Amino acid sequence: MEKFEKVHGVAAPMPLINIDTDMIIPKVHLKTIKRSGLGVVLFDEMRYHDHGGENEEFVLNKPAYRQTEILVAGDNFGCGSSREHAPWAIKDFGIKVVISTSFADIFFNNCFKNGILPIVVEEEHHAVLMDDAHKGENARMTVHLEDQQITTSDGVVIEFDVDPHRKHCLLNGLDDIGLTMEKDHHIDKFENHASQARPWV
Amino acid sequence: MSPKTLYDKIWDAHVAHEADDGTCLLYIDRHLVHEVTSPQAFEGLRMAGRPVRAPEKTIAVPDHNVPTTADRVNGIENPESRIQVEALDKNAKDFGIHYYPVHDVRQGIVHIVGPEQGWTLPGMTVVCGDSHTATHGAFGALAHGIGTSEVEHVLATQTLIQKKSKNMKVEITGKLQPGVTAKDITLAVIGETGTAGGTGYVIEYCGEAIRDLSMEGRMTVCNMAIEGGARAGLIAPDETTYEYVNGRPHAPKGAQWEAALNWWKTLYTDEDAHFDKVITLRGEDIAPVVTWGTSPEDVLPITATVPNPEDFEGGKVDAARRSIEYMGLEAGQKLSDVEVDTVFIGSCTNGRIEDLRAAAEILKGKKIKDGMRAMVVPGSGLVRAQAEEEGLADIFKEAGFEWRLAGCSMCLAMNPDQLQPGERCAATSNRNFEGRQGRGGRTHLLSPAMAAAAAITGRLTDVRELM
Repeated sequence: MEKFEKVHGVAAPMPLINIDTDMIIPKVHLKTIKRSGLGVVLFDEMRYHDHGGENEEFVLNKPAYRQTEILVAGDNFGCGSSREHAPWAIKDFGIKVVISTSFADIFFNNCFKNGILPIVVEEEHHAVLMDDAHKGENARMTVHLEDQQITTSDGVVIEFDVDPHRKHCLLNGLDDIGLTMEKDHHIDKFENHASQARPWV
Repeated sequence: MSPKTLYDKIWDAHVAHEADDGTCLLYIDRHLVHEVTSPQAFEGLRMAGRPVRAPEKTIAVPDHNVPTTADRVNGIENPESRIQVEALDKNAKDFGIHYYPVHDVRQGIVHIVGPEQGWTLPGMTVVCGDSHTATHGAFGALAHGIGTSEVEHVLATQTLIQKKSKNMKVEITGKLQPGVTAKDITLAVIGETGTAGGTGYVIEYCGEAIRDLSMEGRMTVCNMAIEGGARAGLIAPDETTYEYVNGRPHAPKGAQWEAALNWWKTLYTDEDAHFDKVITLRGEDIAPVVTWGTSPEDVLPITATVPNPEDFEGGKVDAARRSIEYMGLEAGQKLSDVEVDTVFIGSCTNGRIEDLRAAAEILKGKKIKDGMRAMVVPGSGLVRAQAEEEGLADIFKEAGFEWRLAGCSMCLAMNPDQLQPGERCAATSNRNFEGRQGRGGRTHLLSPAMAAAAAITGRLTDVRELM
């Protein structure tokens, strides 16, 4: 996985709460057996008209936000299905950071597996960031993972929390499976123990 | 020893390694796999030259994409769906995992097949690349959905990297009123907590009304734990559980059954165990409910009216306004006046035999409204066969329902069963998101009995009027 250090880019506002994974990527696009190429259908039903053609009103279709790298979204972002196609589409579009007041559990996990940083902030900070995102392409935010800081276009600095293990993996581009396989002897030991204790499993 | 919750006990029994920061490797007893969220995971294994670590604990079944019409024996027409199902056929064979292919009578929705075949047992850890894995919590198993990267991680290592969630208790006291079902309980809870109310928690459902439920009902309750944002939902195993499990093809037998039973009987929350959050509802207060909006938290008794967005607070004002516009409703409109043109009975929430019985009970000797499109999609081939044996299929067909083959079908509309823009469906499934059942389609979630009532009258209907 690519290393994640710092993002300095356009932030787009999506204040709607409960943006679910069907909105992020409708099921019609889940029929792929690949991980790539889904950016074009990110937010498909909001982004394109029923009869085809872009919906000019949708934030990511506006000239100022076509190069968005940071999404500032409403509460409970990513609720619904476990589809990893949602973060795959977000990543493929070019978005590397999603900021909200809360995320659905599975979506939150899925982001880290794909080099996307989901950041939870308090409501008052969220409001500041949402305002900044509304300013458009000339207003660029910076997200610095090592320092755990978001800097708005006005220079306001907001600190954020991130799980130390996940931070380490993102910073170093580490693959979970490889890391777990280094603990193989613990898994062997557990299996031996469990096959005695619960042989019916 | 300090008192433990049911979740604490199952968690503790499955930690293979704990790092200093509390990050754990949680051992997984059962890994269920379907065709939509697994191809990229198997591809990852191939590219790294890794085998499936525990193929005997891995069970695959195609469900999301499969057509539910009789002509599916001729193959899947949609090329992309066909490729996904063929990929699962091949992956199951190449990696030597248990498999129920499309033409097998045991095929069905993964969360119905697992319990039905006795793969799901109390005290287990169960995962699947599907958010409704929470269903299996009905057995007192710790069960939750995972993404495709985690599917690959479990295939390769039989573990997940996890941090422990917090404990939440949802107690439903007393008895349910006539016409009120497990579906009404689970929707009423989400109405109470909101869709983010369970985020960061594992919920244990308890109380007399939960104890009184069958395994089918308990699965319906746990199934929608994820809709309340929780990682998993749990119900402590009891005689109802053991009776359901006993004799299933993959349940333990003989001395192993006795040993298992001894352990299962320790799986309950100790007195004075700590819960970080407690919610209590009175069973008597729960009414038959429907959803009016595009989030499962948008739930109200059938006797209520569509709410006014201005009555909400914060971000919910805009969300409710958007929902009501999408749903083509008006604030103040009676929910029982809302006309539907489609009825869908099925899904991992309500596609089990008891659900079909409840709907058939209402439909017996009646016809669906003229012009109504109504379908029953049994959750598995075995549920379908049993319903035919019990005469339920005839009741549905005589009433005017289509009697389909097993699959996820119109719950998420990945197969040809979809709503057209503007169509309105009374659905026993689990999500009413925008476009969930087809682009522009409108979904009202409700119980199987309420769905049957809507099919007869052509509008959302209080089932108690037909009882």
